[in-house]
Amino acid sequence: MSTDYTGRATGEHSLPLVIKAPRAFGRPVIGAFEHVGRLGMMLLELVRALPEWRIWLPRTVEQCISVGYGSLFLIILTSAFIGGVTAIQAGYQFTGTVPLYIVGTVITESMILELGPVFSGLLLAGRIGARYAAELGTMRVTEQIDALESMGRNPASHLVLPRILAGLFMVPALVVIADVTGILTGWWAAKRTLGITDADFVYGARYFFRNFDLWYSVIKAEAFGAVVTVVPCYVGLTVTAGAEGVGRAATRAVVSASVLILLLDIVLAKVLLPT
Amino acid sequence: MIELTDVHKQFGRHVVLDGVNFRVETGETVALLGPSGTGKSVLLKHIIGLLKPDRGDVIVDGESVPHLGRRELTKLRQRIGYAFQMGALFDSMSVYENIRLGISDEACYRDRGFCDNRVAECLKLVNLTPDVARLMPAQLSGGMRKRVGIARAIAGHPEYLLYDEPTSGLDPVNADAMDALIEQLQQELHVTSVVVSHDVRGSFKVADRIALLHQGKIRKVGTAEEFVAAKDDVVRQFLERDFEVAELEA
Repeated sequence: MSTDYTGRATGEHSLPLVIKAPRAFGRPVIGAFEHVGRLGMMLLELVRALPEWRIWLPRTVEQCISVGYGSLFLIILTSAFIGGVTAIQAGYQFTGTVPLYIVGTVITESMILELGPVFSGLLLAGRIGARYAAELGTMRVTEQIDALESMGRNPASHLVLPRILAGLFMVPALVVIADVTGILTGWWAAKRTLGITDADFVYGARYFFRNFDLWYSVIKAEAFGAVVTVVPCYVGLTVTAGAEGVGRAATRAVVSASVLILLLDIVLAKVLLPT
Repeated sequence: MIELTDVHKQFGRHVVLDGVNFRVETGETVALLGPSGTGKSVLLKHIIGLLKPDRGDVIVDGESVPHLGRRELTKLRQRIGYAFQMGALFDSMSVYENIRLGISDEACYRDRGFCDNRVAECLKLVNLTPDVARLMPAQLSGGMRKRVGIARAIAGHPEYLLYDEPTSGLDPVNADAMDALIEQLQQELHVTSVVVSHDVRGSFKVADRIALLHQGKIRKVGTAEEFVAAKDDVVRQFLERDFEVAELEA
């Protein structure tokens, strides 16, 4: 039993179970509420920073270039491979069992509804999320954010809002590019490996297509764009423990954003898609 | 005038400030001494409203800092320059942009000509050449970073200057140069200054009065002469160690 200098018991294990049990349950719950509260405060600060457009607008353009142009190669490369592999695997499963034009349906619908937004979201959670968390975390531990505040400047308009707006603008654009790239490479791979004609592919692609599918893809992209920017910015701003804390924040940002993307994926599918 | 009344602050179970009473008159320079980790920087952050006390009050020019609204706090901060321990320069910006950010008046901040002149003026005040403006913080030495940090702190014509460990991490020659710079700025800008330090010799040189923070409380406040004559063991212990080092260096 651990004691203080007077000999009184202080250790947790000395407490009765009726106190230990609710404490063990209560701490994470209180911690979760604290995070929700702080995140809410951060979002409120962002809304308050909106009138300071002279500050956030040029910085948003810089971030858009960094997020959009900087991620373009990765998104095109990944979606090209996903489209190609989907075509080959669909052909492997469908040849001789269902009409070949279904390959066009599978590639188009799976890229637009699921693979384009989710893969892009997960990739960007890694690329942007880790960067934002590490950047803001380093700025926090090296007192750069304190310095900004000490000069009467608002970190929300200087640092956070431009990053989040860049995500909201650029992630949907990147997802549309991923959708188009995946479909085109899938089409090309299907032609090369399965011998499907252009007419069959287009017929299959249009057979089950609804205009809402495109909107659904963009809505998901917008939601994922919010997740891969808001979560890492929050995690970065709340870093406390030096270089180790920054490293942990980058990992936590990527894991949290990725898990939220997967959760949102199922929630949006359930809410938005008629079954 | 800056006045801290019965300020308490703790982080978790760790009590940092335990009823601090501290006063800085307009126009004077006060050095806040104390061993590392006693809460000197925490105290400084209370003055500019970066931290709020758990109990007690911090008053700057009659305004209670913890109770100020967003706009009032922003206005107050624009009147205070804060030189951070490691400079806290923005890595992604050049020295020019860093110092420009310290210009608190928005109209002046957008006036490129004014900014060019003010940045050059501030660099000159901290004894740096104008060509430093185009460098990035990563290209600067530790001493230069501190000077640029001070240049940024004075860019907005503050009435108060808060220095957080301006000589820490510097060799004795550069530390002396930094003390001389603080004295020079005091004479040229006529600001009210608080210098947080654990460097006794430097503090004696630059400050009108000295305060010793010990175990969360102000142990003693007085002039350099009063400190030297002090009988308090804690004060003597703190001073003697530094004077022994000074004798060895001599």
